[in-house]
Amino acid sequence: MSKLYTGAEIVFKCMEDQKVEFIFGYPGGAVLPIYDELKNHDSIKHILVRHEQGAGHAAEGYARSCGKPGVVLVTSGPGATNVVTALTDAYMDSIPLVCISGQVPTHLIGTDAFQECDTTGITRPCTKHNWLVKDIKDLAKTIHKAFEVATTGRPGPVLVDIPKDIQFQKAKYPNFKKQKKLNGKSNNRFSQKDIDKIIELMGKAKQPIFYTGGGVINSGPNASEHLRELVSITGFPITSTLQGLGSYPGDDSQFLGMLGMHGTYEANNAMHDCDLMINVGARFDDRITGKIDEFSPKSKKVHIDIDPSSINKNVKVDLPIVGDVSDVILLLIKTIKKNKPNFLKSNKQNVSKWWEQIAKWRSVNSLNFINSDKTIKPQFAIQRLYELTKNKDTFITTEVGQHQMWAAQHYKFDKPNRWMTSGGLGTMGYGLPAAVGVQIAHPNKLVVDIAGEASVLMTMQEMSTAVQYNLPIKIFILNNEYMGMVRQWQELLHEKNYSESYTAALPDFVKLAEAYGCIGIRAKTPDELDRKIQEMIDVKKPVIFDCLVDKEENCFPMIPSGKPHNQMLLGPNDQKENKITGKGKTLV
Amino acid sequence: MTKSKSAYSDPGKKGKLDTHIIVVWVDNEAGVLARVVGLFSGRGYNIESLAVAEVDPKRNISRITIVTTGTPQVIEQIKLQLGKLVPVHKVADFMRGDKKIIFKEMALLKLVGNTSKRNKALKVCKKFNPVVLDKTQKSVVLQITALRREIDTVMGNLKKFGLVSVSRTGAVAMTRGSEIFK
Repeated sequence: MSKLYTGAEIVFKCMEDQKVEFIFGYPGGAVLPIYDELKNHDSIKHILVRHEQGAGHAAEGYARSCGKPGVVLVTSGPGATNVVTALTDAYMDSIPLVCISGQVPTHLIGTDAFQECDTTGITRPCTKHNWLVKDIKDLAKTIHKAFEVATTGRPGPVLVDIPKDIQFQKAKYPNFKKQKKLNGKSNNRFSQKDIDKIIELMGKAKQPIFYTGGGVINSGPNASEHLRELVSITGFPITSTLQGLGSYPGDDSQFLGMLGMHGTYEANNAMHDCDLMINVGARFDDRITGKIDEFSPKSKKVHIDIDPSSINKNVKVDLPIVGDVSDVILLLIKTIKKNKPNFLKSNKQNVSKWWEQIAKWRSVNSLNFINSDKTIKPQFAIQRLYELTKNKDTFITTEVGQHQMWAAQHYKFDKPNRWMTSGGLGTMGYGLPAAVGVQIAHPNKLVVDIAGEASVLMTMQEMSTAVQYNLPIKIFILNNEYMGMVRQWQELLHEKNYSESYTAALPDFVKLAEAYGCIGIRAKTPDELDRKIQEMIDVKKPVIFDCLVDKEENCFPMIPSGKPHNQMLLGPNDQKENKITGKGKTLV
Repeated sequence: MTKSKSAYSDPGKKGKLDTHIIVVWVDNEAGVLARVVGLFSGRGYNIESLAVAEVDPKRNISRITIVTTGTPQVIEQIKLQLGKLVPVHKVADFMRGDKKIIFKEMALLKLVGNTSKRNKALKVCKKFNPVVLDKTQKSVVLQITALRREIDTVMGNLKKFGLVSVSRTGAVAMTRGSEIFK
């Protein structure tokens, strides 16, 4: 007779078979049997966070930076409800997470027991799928299925809720045979005909553009390689969403920068005026499209996405291709090479006028800002951070707000998986715990959380985690004492009524750093900035960097929502002649 | 119009709404109906009626029939979003009014009144094969199966004949002929 294992043992057997190395978690009454079992499994290291939301974001940072699913372990009730924000964040940004939550014993479910909540009910809309395991015989099967669901197709979070009595009960553990990697083929629903059609459209296009997104990153490092080759053999311009940054080198001449609400002038105008838009793994989000009715009115649209429900959700497209980005691009490249080996040459003339137009837009230099020698401009701080870290393989996470947009605009990424930011849900407090997760995955790399002082206070407690595990994360705070993006909208659209967007009584971040047992550094003037940043990089300990920046700087360019792409607001250099008028305001 | 200062765009033009019958084959497991219904409420889709029961006890398959309205784009989204749910096996979509499809709803009608009223009531329902399920000196309970709008009409006509209570099901659907939906 084969051996019987407890539920808690089975949880770890499954994780060992799934090659899990790290769990981010927080113990509690309903998961104690699992925590009790932890000591018997050396290959799995538990990272103790300070709040379950931190566990979720740390697991997201881990997953994004290394491509493996993040694993979270929390207790019932408040443990589970605290992780909901992170699960929703992962759902919106398609990050593979497996969350295991404890639950009160099965006989107490439904009795309002201590620390009971309807975990599967609460997390149903923010996971790809979830399970309440009520029979020990289903446990192993369910956990393996959970990993499969989280990592295949469009990735996302899943949750397995395990009542405490199930963790004690015993069952056999069936031998696990990892299914042969399907390489996403089961998700591919395109044919050679579709590929031929794109190539036909590409051959005719006079004003083409690639619009790429997080799907390229999720498809794996190969997808980025293929994308670079495709862009190079076509000679087309390329722009990227916030989530797609890094899949194509940010300093390449064919790259127009990020598009969208705070995207570059050239990227947004090119999107508006193009005659062929090839969307690769992006989802026509409302921060990208602006006013839907006037979104890129003249273009034929091709949409490559692994998720069929992304097609035609927001924008109707002419040629949908459902499949894994990597496979689609690879076939596209092969076909072009075979059928049109001289595509680039023959196409050059076709698109030369388009590139001339793009050069004109570029000359506006929309990311420009008026620098100062007295106060640190936030854009300048990011530029200096970039210059001083670009020769290292640096991983950047962010919180949400102005600093996030400035980071996206001014930090140039050249590799995938180096940029972790909360895009879909826009979760303030994401960056610090995410940096913890990234540093766990890459212990010897430089990990910087570009933060705002308001966001970072939401999950500041995770500094304690960083100190505990000697994770030398750098929290680079652009401190303007305001919720900057809120302040910006209030200035531009609510008659400068800065309602509750100023934080009085901020902590002294340098002293706070010391209290946590890490290093605090403060920079007040532009001339000391480089030296202080270098100091931050050189310290082998966690650092909170308090960068005091201009309090009233706004993030430009900006498309007020409700406006099409070609009606952007540019920075202060341009604003004298381009004030938002009363009519413009109503549209925002 | 009040001035909008929203961080979000204004709604675009609304398309034409069609009524569709969506049929979903699902694993009959705990919470599966909540998943389907939650998807509708969470994404702002409309449910006009809903019928659900297990149809294959061996394989534990339930069949959910949902009548919904939406623009063609919304209907397409409903199908694709349903298809993504893990316990969903297949999704079928029929236009209301499609000649190849049979739609039926059932209603139980309780009438209270004298014999003459009750007989008149039976006459009103005659077209829809009324079945008398219960009968007393003062009352009768009828069962009819028909289309939604037909039942609406019958209910209207029965008011004056002592209709006191109505219980209705959602629509169920099936294709005509020998074909089945794969």
